[in-house]
Amino acid sequence: MKEQPAEMFDNLIIDDVETATFKVNRRVFTDAEILEVERKKIFDQCWLYVGHESEVPEPGFYISRKVAGRPMIFVRDTDGAVQLFFDSCSHRGNSVCPNKSGKTERFLCFYHGWGFDTRGDLVVVPDPLGYGKKLDRSKLRLGSPPRIDSYRGLVFMSMKPDIVDLRTYLGGATEYIDMMLDMTESEAVVAPGRQSYSMKANWKLLLENSADIYHGMFTHMRFFSDYLTHMGVDLSSWRQITAQSESNKVITFDYGHSVVDTQVGPLPAFVDRPEVYERLRQGLIEKYGAERAARLMGRSQNLLIFPNLVMISAWRTIRTFYPVAPDLLECNGWAIIGKEDSPELREARFGNFIAFLGPAGFGTPDDVEALENCQRGFAATEVPWSDLSKGMARPGGSVANDELQQRNLWRRWYSLLNPDFVPGNETSSAMTRGAE
Amino acid sequence: MPAEIEEGGTKQMQANQMPVTRQTIEDFLFAEAALLDAWQLEKWLELFREDALYLIPPTDEPQLDRHAGLYLVMDDMRRLRSRVAQILGRSMWAENPVSRTRRLIGNVRILAQDAGELSVAANFSVYRMRHEAIDIYVGSYAHRLAITAEGLRFIERKATLDLETLNPQGKISIIL
Repeated sequence: MKEQPAEMFDNLIIDDVETATFKVNRRVFTDAEILEVERKKIFDQCWLYVGHESEVPEPGFYISRKVAGRPMIFVRDTDGAVQLFFDSCSHRGNSVCPNKSGKTERFLCFYHGWGFDTRGDLVVVPDPLGYGKKLDRSKLRLGSPPRIDSYRGLVFMSMKPDIVDLRTYLGGATEYIDMMLDMTESEAVVAPGRQSYSMKANWKLLLENSADIYHGMFTHMRFFSDYLTHMGVDLSSWRQITAQSESNKVITFDYGHSVVDTQVGPLPAFVDRPEVYERLRQGLIEKYGAERAARLMGRSQNLLIFPNLVMISAWRTIRTFYPVAPDLLECNGWAIIGKEDSPELREARFGNFIAFLGPAGFGTPDDVEALENCQRGFAATEVPWSDLSKGMARPGGSVANDELQQRNLWRRWYSLLNPDFVPGNETSSAMTRGAE
Repeated sequence: MPAEIEEGGTKQMQANQMPVTRQTIEDFLFAEAALLDAWQLEKWLELFREDALYLIPPTDEPQLDRHAGLYLVMDDMRRLRSRVAQILGRSMWAENPVSRTRRLIGNVRILAQDAGELSVAANFSVYRMRHEAIDIYVGSYAHRLAITAEGLRFIERKATLDLETLNPQGKISIIL
C-alpha cells in the first residue's frame, strides 16, 4: 500500500460533545482510497467473524467462505477440532477447495496434485524426488490466519498477530452474545439456508443501520403497520421501542461495539402458535429461571461487534458484511435455532425470521432501498456532511432511539484511521442508563 | 379473472377426464406472468387455492427441504395476501413507485398429472428495471396445480433461483 498523505484523514468527523455536534463527512462512503486504507487499518486490525462451529458438525465437514476478501476453508479436522485455512495451495496458489461445502478427508489441488489433510498438513506431493531432500513439508502446510479464537462456538480470525484476545475484545458484549445463544432450550446451532445478498451502498451504512432504532417506525412502516396488523399482533408494545424510557437502553463498549436493548412486542409467528410459545417459555424458565427467561423472551438486542458482526435477538440472526467497492457491499445472514427444536418451534422461528429479514422479508428490502438511496444521494457532494448528533443534547443522555451507538462505532473507526483524533466522551451517561 | 385465463383452462377441464395439454399450462402461466408484470396482484391472488404455498428456497442450498432450513420466502395465503397488500400499499419503499418488470417463461413441462392435480416445471427469467439499472432473476418453477371448476389453481408455487447469491440484485421485492 502506498503511503497516504496525512491530510487525507483530516476533518472526516466533527465530534464536539460541548455543542452537541457530530458530523461525518460523506467522503468516507465514496472515496476508493479511504476503502483501501480501511482494508488495512480496520479489517486487518480487528477480530472478524468466520462462522459457527455447528456449521461443520462432524469431522471432515467443511465450508469455504470469504472473510475480508480472503478465501477461507472452515473445517472440522479428523480429531474433531475446528480449523481455519487460507484456500490457496502452498505450491503455486490454486484453490484446494472448489466446493462451497461438503465432507472430505483431503483437500486436493488439481493444478499439480498436491494434497492436504484436514489439519492442513501436506500429505501428497506427486514426484517428490524432484525436490531431492529439500522438501520440508512442515513449511508447506496450508496457511492460517495469525490469530484464531472462538467464543461459544462463534469462530473469529484476525490478521493482527498481537491483537488482544477475543474475550477481551468482546468485553461486556459477551453478556449479550450469551443472550442471543441462550434463547434455545437445546444447543444453539446455525440453520441451513444462508441469506446472501448485496447492497449498492458503502459497508458502513449497513453498520450504522444495523444498530439504528430511530428508522424503525418509518422505514419499516409496512412491517409494523401492515404485516403485524394483518397477523393480528397488538402494536402498542412494539411502539414502545422508540419511546424514551428506562427500559430502552443503549450501551457502548470498548473497541466500537454497542448494544441497544429494547422491549419487544409479540412476534408474528408466535401469535398464531401460543402453545409453541408457551412451551418454549416454560423450557427457558426451567433452564434459566423466571427472571432470565422473561428477559430472553420479552426483550430484543441489536448487538454490533465492530467492525462488521451484527446479532439481532428478536429475529435470532447473525449477519456479517464486507465492502467490495466504496458503493457495494456483500452481506451474509444466518438464523440461529435450537438443535432439538420441535418442528413447530422451528417453523415459527423461521416464520419470524423471514417475516422481517432477508432479500424477500418485509423489513430488509426497505433497508436496502434506503441505504442505496443514501449512496445515490452522496453524488451531491455539495451536501458534504451526515448528521449523527441525536441524543447528544437529550437531558439525561442518549436512549436506544438515539444515535449514540453510531457515534461510538464512528469514534472507533476514526481512531483506527487517524491517531490524532480525540473522541468525544459520552460513555458515562450511557453506562449509567445501561446499569439500571 | 382475465378472460384468457378462464378460456385457457376451464373449458377443457369442464369437459373433464381429458388430459390437460402443455398448451393449456402455457396459456395459464403466460397469463399469470402478464398479471404480475401489470402489477394486478389482487387478481393474481385468485389463482391460488386457500391452502396454497408460495416458496423460494435459499440460494446456497436450492434443494433444501422447507422444513429443514431457512427459505427466502415461505408464504401461506395469509402471509402472501399481506405481501401483496404491502406491495400495493404506500409504505413498501423498495417498490414505491413500482419497478418495471418483464417475465419470460419457457421450457414448460407437465411432469405428472392425475384426475385433480398436475406437477409442472418451467424456467423463468424475470427482469426488474428500477433506478436505471436491470436486475435479472433466473431460475425454475416447480408448480403443483389443482384442476378445479374455475380453472387451474396453485397448490404450491415454488420459484427456485439459479443465482448463487443475490448480488447485485440485493433484494426480491417483486413476486418471482
